[in-house]
Amino acid sequence: MAELRTETMTVNMGPQHPSTHGVLRLVLELDGEVIQSITPTIGYLHTGIEKTAEQKKWQQVIPLVERMDYLGAQSNSLAYALAVEKLLGLDMPKRVNDIRILIAELQRLASHLIWLGTHSMEIGAVSMLFYAIRERELLLNINELIAGFRFFPSYIRIGGLREDLPRGFHDAVNAFLERFPTKLDEYEGLLTKNDIFLRRTSGVGVVTQEDALAWGLLGPIARAAGSDYDVRRYFPYCGYETYDFAVPTATEGDVFARYRVRMQEMRESVKICKQAIARITPTGAWACDDTRVVPPPKDKVYTEMEALIQHFLIYSQGFTVPAGEAYVPVEGPRGEHGTYIVSDGTNRPWRVKMRAPSFMAIQALPKLVLGGLIADVVAVIGSNDVVMGDCDR
Amino acid sequence: MDAPAIINALGPLVAGASYEAAPGVDFATIYVAADRLVATCAALRDTPALRFNVLVEVTAADYFPRDPRFEVVYHLLSVPNRLRLRLKVRTTEMVAVPTVQGIWPAAGWLEREVWDMFGIVFDGHPDLRRLLMPEDWEGHPQRKDYPVQIRKAAQTYEPLEVSEEEFKANMARDRVKRPH
Repeated sequence: MAELRTETMTVNMGPQHPSTHGVLRLVLELDGEVIQSITPTIGYLHTGIEKTAEQKKWQQVIPLVERMDYLGAQSNSLAYALAVEKLLGLDMPKRVNDIRILIAELQRLASHLIWLGTHSMEIGAVSMLFYAIRERELLLNINELIAGFRFFPSYIRIGGLREDLPRGFHDAVNAFLERFPTKLDEYEGLLTKNDIFLRRTSGVGVVTQEDALAWGLLGPIARAAGSDYDVRRYFPYCGYETYDFAVPTATEGDVFARYRVRMQEMRESVKICKQAIARITPTGAWACDDTRVVPPPKDKVYTEMEALIQHFLIYSQGFTVPAGEAYVPVEGPRGEHGTYIVSDGTNRPWRVKMRAPSFMAIQALPKLVLGGLIADVVAVIGSNDVVMGDCDR
Repeated sequence: MDAPAIINALGPLVAGASYEAAPGVDFATIYVAADRLVATCAALRDTPALRFNVLVEVTAADYFPRDPRFEVVYHLLSVPNRLRLRLKVRTTEMVAVPTVQGIWPAAGWLEREVWDMFGIVFDGHPDLRRLLMPEDWEGHPQRKDYPVQIRKAAQTYEPLEVSEEEFKANMARDRVKRPH
């Protein structure tokens, strides 16, 4: 009998593949079903946002950075606004900080819902996506309420917020917070003890805590491997230190651990949201009172010459930011979102760089899936929660 | 821990290195020479009082026309000590910076992106290719002397064209191969 010949097979996955979360391309070398090597290719969604930002005035960069991580839009703009405010030396009123925290946590919920829906759909639980989208719709409605735009509200601005909260905001948020925990129980009822789900996720894509930190996987991936690093705890911003919440961790470091950590994170986010909405008064300060950055109120613009000039300057030339540099991290839905800005003292940024958690997660993908089965790649990409807009910027 | 304290801690650990503290509004910033970068990073990671175990990001800024025009920026994080540090290296187009991939594996793609966007060469990097831009792209877009809006014709490949005669000949040859 002739001797059997074996050879590895090269499979191209993506960039047009439904489970690569956009336009990620993987070249896999397979021995049967076992992965011998994996080479990610990125850049299909590179839009040069960092270069474009250098041509814009400081305030005009907000809508741009929101389009980087399009599922966690407002944690991008929060990081950027905090960085510019650090250079300007601005302090926000307490109400602005509470609203920002509330919006950041609602954004985390919206992002985690998309992660939950797509991740479970890719490993077989298709109906989960529709349940997740149903609850996310309510969060998008809240975005529409505050800014008129559902995906990229640009509500967080340098110097505060775009305007005061609309009427009906508290009711919409309270109704959502009332409804959501029971829905979370339903999701967990469908997945957490589901035998198929457990077999697809337990022991898959394991990463140790040391490796997770060495590869820069700060965020839910490192927390699922035993690290307790959370920017909200380690380097509090916006007054997170005054809120009561837990940082969920797990030790297994596999796909199921990341699922548990994110589900628990959603419950903690609800807890933070409830505290925040109780602190926010229906009307009050919605921006700081620094006249360099925030235009004067309209009644003064119509009656006082100085206010009119200031209004005109802010909207035509923008404001200048003192020369210097700042890196400000926030805990985004995918991990540490950081903004590094350099100012040369003019009205336009010299350099804007976003630290992208998805970029690090895709870089470490070979580390997580090598030696596993090809079907595990789909589970690991889903559990890493990558957004290509964030990765390619 | 501020910049002078970190410089004092590093002094005895890295032979022949000179550091320079820079003012900052957020956390400590120190400049290091390119030839002492790897030794400094190893000391920053392994010294118990510092233990910068995470490389948060590597990026660069182009200060054209200043000379040297580039600054490579490393943001470090120490999870056990709750510390952050910004490490900077001044360089030009002609001078390579050593890779820190041996200290933190996360540097691989981050340095590749800096090369892609600024054209700063990282010495000893095993895979210094384009990352975000297409493989055949010319120039480094994040440099200040690179134009913001350029028009570049979309690259296409010649479609496979077969004349009618060739088509018939192919069909005939195919028929010969598979006799009924």
